[in-house]
Amino acid sequence: MNAEVEALPFGETERDFSAIDKVRVVEALSRVLPAGTLMYETEDLRPYECDGLAAYRALPLVVALPTTEAQVVDVLRICHELGVPVVARGAGTGLSGGALPHTRGVLLSLARFNRILALDPLARTAVVQPGVRNLAISEAAAPHGLYYAPDPSSQIACSIGGNVAENAGGVHCLKYGLTVHNLLRVRGVTIEGEIVEIGSGALDSPGYDLLALVTGSEGMLVVVTEVTVKLVPKPQLAQCVLAAFDDVVRAGDAVARIIAAGIIPAGLEMMDQPATAAVEEFVRAGYPLDAKAILLCEADGTPEEVAEEIARVRAVLEDSGATEIRVSRDEAERLRFWAGRKAAFPAAGRISPDYYCMDGTIPRKRLGEMLTAIQDMERKYGLRCMNVFHAGDGNLHPLILFDANQPDELERAEAFGAEILELSVALGGTITGEHGVGLEKINQMCAQFSTAEVRQFFRVKAAFDPPGLLNPGKAIPTLNRCAEYGRMKVSKGHVPYPDIPRF
Amino acid sequence: MTTIEKEWAERVRAAAAAGAPLCLRGGGTKDFYGRMPMGEIFDLRANAGIVAHEPTELVVTVRGGTPLAELEAALADKGQYLAFEPPHFGTGATVAGCVAAGLAGPRRAAMGAVRDFMLGVKLLDGRGEIMRFGGQVMKNVAGYDISRLVAGSLGTLGIVLEVSLKVLPRPVAEATLRFEFDEASALRRMNEWGGQPLPVSATLWHAGVLHLRLSGAEAAVRAATEKLGGDQLAADEATALWTSVREQAAAPFALEPGEVLWRVALPSTAPALALPGRQVVEWGGALRWLASAGEAAQIRARAAELGGHAAAFRGGDPRGEVFQPLSAPLAGIHRRLKQAFDPAGIFNPDRLYPEF
Repeated sequence: MNAEVEALPFGETERDFSAIDKVRVVEALSRVLPAGTLMYETEDLRPYECDGLAAYRALPLVVALPTTEAQVVDVLRICHELGVPVVARGAGTGLSGGALPHTRGVLLSLARFNRILALDPLARTAVVQPGVRNLAISEAAAPHGLYYAPDPSSQIACSIGGNVAENAGGVHCLKYGLTVHNLLRVRGVTIEGEIVEIGSGALDSPGYDLLALVTGSEGMLVVVTEVTVKLVPKPQLAQCVLAAFDDVVRAGDAVARIIAAGIIPAGLEMMDQPATAAVEEFVRAGYPLDAKAILLCEADGTPEEVAEEIARVRAVLEDSGATEIRVSRDEAERLRFWAGRKAAFPAAGRISPDYYCMDGTIPRKRLGEMLTAIQDMERKYGLRCMNVFHAGDGNLHPLILFDANQPDELERAEAFGAEILELSVALGGTITGEHGVGLEKINQMCAQFSTAEVRQFFRVKAAFDPPGLLNPGKAIPTLNRCAEYGRMKVSKGHVPYPDIPRF
Repeated sequence: MTTIEKEWAERVRAAAAAGAPLCLRGGGTKDFYGRMPMGEIFDLRANAGIVAHEPTELVVTVRGGTPLAELEAALADKGQYLAFEPPHFGTGATVAGCVAAGLAGPRRAAMGAVRDFMLGVKLLDGRGEIMRFGGQVMKNVAGYDISRLVAGSLGTLGIVLEVSLKVLPRPVAEATLRFEFDEASALRRMNEWGGQPLPVSATLWHAGVLHLRLSGAEAAVRAATEKLGGDQLAADEATALWTSVREQAAAPFALEPGEVLWRVALPSTAPALALPGRQVVEWGGALRWLASAGEAAQIRARAAELGGHAAAFRGGDPRGEVFQPLSAPLAGIHRRLKQAFDPAGIFNPDRLYPEF
């Protein structure tokens, strides 16, 4: 082999930031941040100790709450100079621990970047600061008959900056795309404090498609300070079909048949019986409780278009053996159909002290296999699981129910989740469809990617962030971590990582 | 690893060791695009064939050397298509070339670009390593989105061995309408229509005539046709029109001596370019083709002033600057990304920018 061993700047082993001096960091930052925008006393740091994945907690060294881009530049320059990690945070609703603070780093909150800077109804674009809430964009666009399409379930709270970091999806992405499909431009600051304009008001930009690369990069490449999003016309009408099935696999087949009929519904969701029962108790949506699975299929567009699509969907569902089909008669009923699906997480919270939400994506045709396997895992780990799916795009959200106060239930839930994720990979899918890797799924990354691929991710990071200070330790596992975890994707029978030190 | 993959990996390692540039090439239909191709020709066509097409999964996985026409025919058999409507620019265009060029056709503004349909890639990098990024599923945020990065990278990051693309059902109905509008009115109309719930799938303006294509459900296309008016083209006439625009076979694209065809990408609402030359406007106003003998500096400056960028698409000096120059921080990121994938700098050097 002539393969020269290229030194990676980081990425082989976990890094040691223990030498960072808090006093020096506070002193340097207080020179550039006005009073009230820098916090370093434990009680002030506490609200930032976790994001939406509350099982993982850490106190940052300091919290910075800049209000201007110039302050962000200053903070990053100082962190670069002092070698201090920086974790950017939006609304803190993420479910994978992506905004979990670094104990030796700065937690950089963009919460005060909360203004919509421009909204151009003719161009159908909005320029917004990263702390603007997802739903606030659609609300501002509504008077013009426009909206911002990606609608993660947390859209009343989550910020657009976080959506960019995670490439957030939602229930309508089969037809309307993910965050990456709905952005035109991101303005950001590199760790070196340089401002970069990625993308533009045009549909493309010269050179590499850095906009795609930055979207979903979990705050590890640049700190976003401004986002230009696309707005799309609000459909005149939306109508929803609710179909019940006496068998989960048959419901899964119905999903494939809808697609095979050439229909791309605006939304196509599935819930199994335990999920249906849990949400019905909570929101009284009128779901059939005897069904093993229910499907929600939404059509939107002009009234003519919707009528045509609903008729086609109904025919396919009848053909697929649905035991009951209801079509929403008005907007109130349509919202009622969705109320249950949207309440799945709070409903899980009501019937169980804790729950753990998974996010694997699999080819739709493997849905039956996955569900059967999950049932076996429920027995194996002695825990219940309710399943809600973005069935149209194969994205699963099994909710594992547990009680953290019971000895070893958290560990069993984590092992249960890990097994689901690894099965997702084995079935030809991925460990995360829309929630991100963060810290939560970092070990499972080892099951999805080879050594060469992991190394490549670190090189890509280094192209943007040469010293490796933006959100270190997240999303991409060090090679050492994978060796320890022992599940690295092994190809061609080679032993993984023969060349790295092990503890 | 297939035999071809093994051979190619060895060839890449040898070229990297020797520092010998390779010119990655499929059907050669886009040799004109970008800066001057250089290096030993590396023909990608032997690695061909559709690996898997699952119509109900809306995904096709295909080897890079597969003729684009073959892929499109296989999809059409199942009532599906590549919704980014890629141009071929000649016979023999390949899938890898289509992805490397990253060029989309008339449907771009409505449906998306090549990058929007990239789900996964199997890449042979400049170290001779075969890597997979992304996958075959619609939603996937594990690791950085390197598959989309490869789209439009002009073969500078690696050899595209395989791609997985999202495919869509062909629209049930289509209609093309013809209107007479001057440039300013056409730009205003295209943007107004874009903000309404109309199934617009393409627009085209040239010399006072605006064509609008509608695609979707029968009822939606019929309702929009009635609402908008205009003269409807016969189906074969419409197909011929959109094909000739996509392939740039239409008359306004033919260059006179001394002319360059500029590709000017702008915000859709940008006012008229007001530069000397012939114009074809697509993508709801977001793409302005300009056949002009004007000064490059003036054209680039105007594009930048309007919030976009200009590329000397055809007929320019392939040794000169083809694409709009990058800001210093972005150029640095580009250089380091190139090194990350191709440390010896052997893949299509200089094709995108002279610095790499």
